Amino acid sequence: MAITSIKNLKEFSTNNDRFEGAHTLCPGCAHSMIVRELMNCTDDNLVISANTGCLEVSTAVYPFTSWDTSWIHIGFENAATSVSASQVMHKVRKKKGTLKDNDAAVKFVAFGGDGSTFDIGFQWLSGAFERQHDFTYICLDNENYANTGGQRSSATPIGATTSTSVAGTHSYGKKEKKKDIVSIMAAHGSPYVAQLSPNKWKMMAKGFQKALETEGPCFINTVSPCCTEWKFEPKDTIEITDLATDSLMFPMYEIVDGHELNILYRPKNILPVEDYLGAQGRYKHLFKPEYKHIIEKIQSDIDTDWARLQRREEARV
Amino acid sequence: MAVEQQDLKLKANANRGLSQLEGGFDLLGWDEVTQGSVLPSFDGDASNVAFQKAEERSYSGYNSYTATVASWRVLKPVFNIDVCIDCQNCWVWCPDSSILSRDKQMLGIDYDHCKGCEICVEVCPTNPKSLLMFSEYADVGEALASWPEKKKKEKK
Repeated sequence: MAITSIKNLKEFSTNNDRFEGAHTLCPGCAHSMIVRELMNCTDDNLVISANTGCLEVSTAVYPFTSWDTSWIHIGFENAATSVSASQVMHKVRKKKGTLKDNDAAVKFVAFGGDGSTFDIGFQWLSGAFERQHDFTYICLDNENYANTGGQRSSATPIGATTSTSVAGTHSYGKKEKKKDIVSIMAAHGSPYVAQLSPNKWKMMAKGFQKALETEGPCFINTVSPCCTEWKFEPKDTIEITDLATDSLMFPMYEIVDGHELNILYRPKNILPVEDYLGAQGRYKHLFKPEYKHIIEKIQSDIDTDWARLQRREEARV
Repeated sequence: MAVEQQDLKLKANANRGLSQLEGGFDLLGWDEVTQGSVLPSFDGDASNVAFQKAEERSYSGYNSYTATVASWRVLKPVFNIDVCIDCQNCWVWCPDSSILSRDKQMLGIDYDHCKGCEICVEVCPTNPKSLLMFSEYADVGEALASWPEKKKKEKK
């Protein structure tokens, strides 16, 4: 097990990047920060699979590949399937001794956007978790189908305007709440499930390392602000994640073995959710007087959720 | 330090053949590509890649390391080594792997991969910032000469 040191940022920076530049993700996209961090936090060989989404279409622009590791893409929803098949093949060939290097440590990782994790690929993801394959699934949650023009997904939070839930005089944007994917995946009996954010790089690297080390299917939901569809300046990506974690819109926590919940980050000053909403163009309409009640609803949802997390942490059930 | 930085940049650019993402290849058409095709990222053995620095690897022409997206940029970040404290914040948050950092030291910016998103400037903690955005056509020497002074804290 070759886990690299993440004691401080200087030591972490001695790692050699295995995710190359000149991919065609938008400037300021958080996807590549998360992918780079995952690939830097281990020295093991990686077999990576990706669902269709921004990450897939922009890192494999024919004739180029941005991946310095094995990378496989099959269909929209098949990242969990293809990576679990690769994992079984590796296990069998290791047993038979037909691998080129039988002792080399290999880790299996699947990436999916929120559309392919929450909606389209959910059946395949759920199946792979039920079969208890040894892999890590990372969801890059940007809360819409950013690759195809920003349609709503079931990860889009209430009140956000997207190209298929447009806010106007008769609508305040999406009307439904976001799916609680972390609890759903924890309910599969997964040994390690977490929600992490790229602005706390050390916590995220720690979470990735823990997921890679843990045997069995692990799920990590990461916040990935999308400057194009959330409508903010590319330079503000890290600031938006700061606001998201400090306003508890995205609380950072982990669930071990389906019951042991640990809150990883408690903000010193909990910000009102207006700060987070006001920083993005997609919530601009909520600040009109007729939609003020939606902000109150979002805030009360956050408060209830935070209270639930704290009580679950205490209760250990 | 300046010489070393120049050397590294030359090395980093040495195995880049292409100037743009499109063109330069005899590509198969969309109806000629067969299922299960593979693009090798490296020429030859790639088993030790995690322990090799970019300049030690043998990238193949299919690796996007050999391509450039410099034409996306409107503003470019300029790095002032005199102010830098090597905190590596820019390295960890750069979305385009374009901060050249070796042996815990920040050496410069890979202008072939930088898209000018300005995140490195935002996360820089020094006073004044050791990375600032200038026009793509600005001269680096002139930019460094016009670096702002240290801001004093305003007393309340």
